[in-house]
Amino acid sequence: MIESLVQGVLAGQPRAVARAITLVENGGPDAAQLVARLRPAAGKGQLIGFTGSPGAGKSSLICKLARELRSRGRSVGVLAVDPSSPFSGGAVLGDRVRMQELACDPEVFVRSMASRGRSGGLAEAVEDAAVVLRAAGKEIVMVETVGVGQGELDIASLAHTVVVVLTPGMGDEIQSLKAGLLEVADIYVVNKADLVGADAVARSLQAEAERPVGGWWRPVIQTSSVDGRGIAELAEALEAHAAHLRGRTKADEQEIRLTYKTILTLAGREIVEELESTVQPDRLERLALDVVTGNLEPRQAARAAVRMFLRERRRDPSSRKEEEVEVVA
Amino acid sequence: MSRERKIRVLIAKPGLDGHDRGAKVVARALRDAGMEVVYTGIRQTPQAIADAALQEDVDVVGLSSLSGAHMSLFTRVMEEIRKRGLDDLLVIAGGIIPDEDQEELKKIGVRAVFGPGSSTEEMAEFIRANVRSRV
Repeated sequence: MIESLVQGVLAGQPRAVARAITLVENGGPDAAQLVARLRPAAGKGQLIGFTGSPGAGKSSLICKLARELRSRGRSVGVLAVDPSSPFSGGAVLGDRVRMQELACDPEVFVRSMASRGRSGGLAEAVEDAAVVLRAAGKEIVMVETVGVGQGELDIASLAHTVVVVLTPGMGDEIQSLKAGLLEVADIYVVNKADLVGADAVARSLQAEAERPVGGWWRPVIQTSSVDGRGIAELAEALEAHAAHLRGRTKADEQEIRLTYKTILTLAGREIVEELESTVQPDRLERLALDVVTGNLEPRQAARAAVRMFLRERRRDPSSRKEEEVEVVA
Repeated sequence: MSRERKIRVLIAKPGLDGHDRGAKVVARALRDAGMEVVYTGIRQTPQAIADAALQEDVDVVGLSSLSGAHMSLFTRVMEEIRKRGLDDLLVIAGGIIPDEDQEELKKIGVRAVFGPGSSTEEMAEFIRANVRSRV
């Protein structure tokens, strides 16, 4: 079943692409296998993350940008993430309403994804979906998310290019955003530039963008989905950043430190998944009981769980065989 | 973890009537019933609806019409859906649809019609009971 899905995705069949994204959204071993098979073919595509507060106009901007990129002969995929209700687990995914102009272009593959209350792992699910789209031949995959900088890791750290979308009227807010949002950006966009106050926001961003990061000068671009200004400039900046990433021979120290942290965070999650599938659930539940009844501190229980995991791994030689290493060309 | 399969629903309004309050009420009710609802907005062409259903890999498509053009519009939506090979999709409808048309709509593959006064619980129940079971 996986194999026919892989072939369908590689051939760019929309039905196979849609099914494959459903599979990676639901997770599990089949999903992991599928992504491992598709990743080599995804090498060339550019993954672009768009973040910014709700109402910043990201959906409309992505819609205009997708049309611009299509007119330049590029193939485009869009992933729009909306939150799930923590109560019912359901979601209303409404980004398509603002992307109606794309509806007449079936070549632009748009997929809405619900966050599904994943504490961690949403970014991974989104990145997996982007692997599917890139393997299906989408050269540019744009991901729309809200709320950057809340978790310790989000799609921004997995994307090749991060666009931070701001709006007029954020003058003083920019200072307080500095710590999280602004540092992850590769491109700053002041959207709704047809409104008063766009210049002021752009000026404060210029100050932020004053020095290059890893040899890249972060551009500040004013855009408007109403009158179309800046859309072409943004498309060019995206291409320039992709070219910069391709041609780069050394990275900036801060960037390496950030990436190092990202790798450790991801590795931690991988280990937790392995642990959960290795140690019997009732043993972990017993640890939880010990913590609840006051016999163990949570950190002692965590260390005990890790010891159980390592012991199990040593005992089971089959789990020690070298796992396939995926190399992205 | 969230390994269970979520029911995904597309709510669409084909044609030119711009009244989408009912469609939005249904979207929220199905969200509250634990489903993931893709809402596409008003004035959708049958092609766009079928393409969205395909890309979103939904289990259910809910069509709303208040303009009286449901027979021709829904027929064209069903054609576009079949053209894309989405045969196992559960298609339901709502809005202002006379009783005599409901039988005709069932013949072209619309499995249920929920008119004014239908309860949203009933709708969610119908979906749960009739949605295809997939791996």
